[in-house]
Amino acid sequence: MGAIEQKIIDPKKRYQAGVLKYAQMGYWDASYEPKDTDVLAVFRITPQDGVDPVEAAAAVAGESSTATWTVVWTDRLTASETYRAKAYRIDPVPGQEGQYFCWVAYELDLFEEGSIANLTASIIGNVFSFKPLKAARLEDMRLPVAYVKTFRGPPTGIVVERERLDKFGRPLLGATMKPKLGLSGKNYGRVVYEALRGGLDFTKDDENINSQAFMHWRDRFLYCMEGVNQAAAQTGEIKGHYLNITAGTMEEMYKRAEFARDLGSSIVMIDLIVGWTAIQSISNWCRDNDMILHMHRAGHGTYTRQKNHGVSFRVIAKWLRLAGVDHLHAGTAVGKLEGDPMTVQGFYNVCRDTYTRQDLPRGLFFDQDWASTRKVMPVASGGIHAGQMHQLLDLFGDDVVLQFGGGTIGHPMGIQAGATANRVALEAMVLARNEGRDIRHEGPDILRAAAEHCRPLRAALDTWGEVTFNYASTDTSDFVATPSMA
Amino acid sequence: MRMTQGAFSFLPELTDIQIAAQIEYCLRNEWAVSIEFTDDPHPRNVYWSMWGLPMFDLHDAAGLMQELAACRAAQPEHYIRINAFDPSKGWETVRLSFIVNRPSQEPGFRLVRREGAGRSIHYTLESYAVQRRPEGERYTTGT
Repeated sequence: MGAIEQKIIDPKKRYQAGVLKYAQMGYWDASYEPKDTDVLAVFRITPQDGVDPVEAAAAVAGESSTATWTVVWTDRLTASETYRAKAYRIDPVPGQEGQYFCWVAYELDLFEEGSIANLTASIIGNVFSFKPLKAARLEDMRLPVAYVKTFRGPPTGIVVERERLDKFGRPLLGATMKPKLGLSGKNYGRVVYEALRGGLDFTKDDENINSQAFMHWRDRFLYCMEGVNQAAAQTGEIKGHYLNITAGTMEEMYKRAEFARDLGSSIVMIDLIVGWTAIQSISNWCRDNDMILHMHRAGHGTYTRQKNHGVSFRVIAKWLRLAGVDHLHAGTAVGKLEGDPMTVQGFYNVCRDTYTRQDLPRGLFFDQDWASTRKVMPVASGGIHAGQMHQLLDLFGDDVVLQFGGGTIGHPMGIQAGATANRVALEAMVLARNEGRDIRHEGPDILRAAAEHCRPLRAALDTWGEVTFNYASTDTSDFVATPSMA
Repeated sequence: MRMTQGAFSFLPELTDIQIAAQIEYCLRNEWAVSIEFTDDPHPRNVYWSMWGLPMFDLHDAAGLMQELAACRAAQPEHYIRINAFDPSKGWETVRLSFIVNRPSQEPGFRLVRREGAGRSIHYTLESYAVQRRPEGERYTTGT
């Protein structure tokens, strides 16, 4: 780092027309002590060659709050010192030359209450295209309690969801219907019925099932609810299917949501790509209609996966908890999709904690008080199977939906058998864990023993027992070496 | 049919030793365990009859197992479940619930379809046992 430019105090010099460094304009203040009411953010920045990191940090603070590229006299019509964000700390990223973590504090009054759209327009607005930075990534945020309380949060939350479903003490089980495109409504409903009848709690539409030529949405809803209710009658359990109500307009989404409600569905789903405003609107609708809201994080990998540029999923998870979703896909660590175990556990903490503690190995830079905001049920989905049950339970605990799509529907004895295999594996593992057994090490033995009285589980273990997706993760911890799960 | 509410309904019936081990787990977590029973197992019947109050100051599983034996003797043909309640901040709800007794025959539920406008259907579940006889006699006198 070169000589640090100091804030210019003399107003005549500060407001002389022309261009100043962002640090000179007041966007860097190493002595600033963040207030409890400040919104805090940590960015990972990669300054262009020759750009001083402190000046780059100041520019991030400036471009995400009040600054433009030149001095403007109209600043003097405002309490500009208050509204300016302050970069107050900068650290080199361990083991990553040319990258820095920079801490920025924002005055609470910069943000409209209860609007993620407004928050994101500032924090990830212009700043990510700013030329003096090669790359920037929003790693984490601390949202003050005063701001958290302006959001309604999840319409249902883990506690009330479990009470409504009457399911306690074990992870919930789900499956995404496959093939995800092409089935007619009647055939699709068959898969729903078989999976629920066999022992799953939920089945799920995939992200891109909306209302295509092969299956219009009303057909899908009607046949799925027939499957859900038939399975409920035959098992005496509450069952559900996440009816995807994602559509081209808000009006159409409401229409689909209302039809789902009128048919007695307990849950609807939307995709992340509908956008923050639509998410908050449908969340309010769910509150008014006693509906669980499932969020499929379609599209997030375009900006969360690469470590040097974008937005970490832990930040997206925080925003979604405030915006108000009940279920959120948060990774599996052991499945086919990106995610190293500790980083993924950090996402789960964000969803479920009452108070999230700083935990650098899990990527959590701040303490976060959730102020009684309801908890989000994380969903583990993508390339997982019954043979990994001990790892999944050990990593994620009870409050998670484990979704085995291929691992249910691809079972050699059929869909019901696939569902039964998963349910038996799950219950056997929970029972053993509660008895005090070391499931991480004894897991395979526990599964084999359970398979003695369950032929479908035996077949599942024989088919998939050895399948792993052991690739190096991209989005890993900066503070410890984390092995992927074999 | 086999009604599969509760955490362990897909496993063979738990032995008393296995049940006691689950109780010990609940006590380690400082959850209050309780016993409930019903002969109306509709999945939306939230309020089963309580067999006494939740045991807030229990130190080991023996006390609960004694109560369970008494409940089973009094209600051999009822569903009986054990609940564990967590009073801690942010939860304040049941954290584990599993069935420890069930009737020797489970006739199950009828799916009633009331056809509405268009192709829509309103669904209701009705318990055959509940339809058949009043409370307390539903599973006791055979079919």
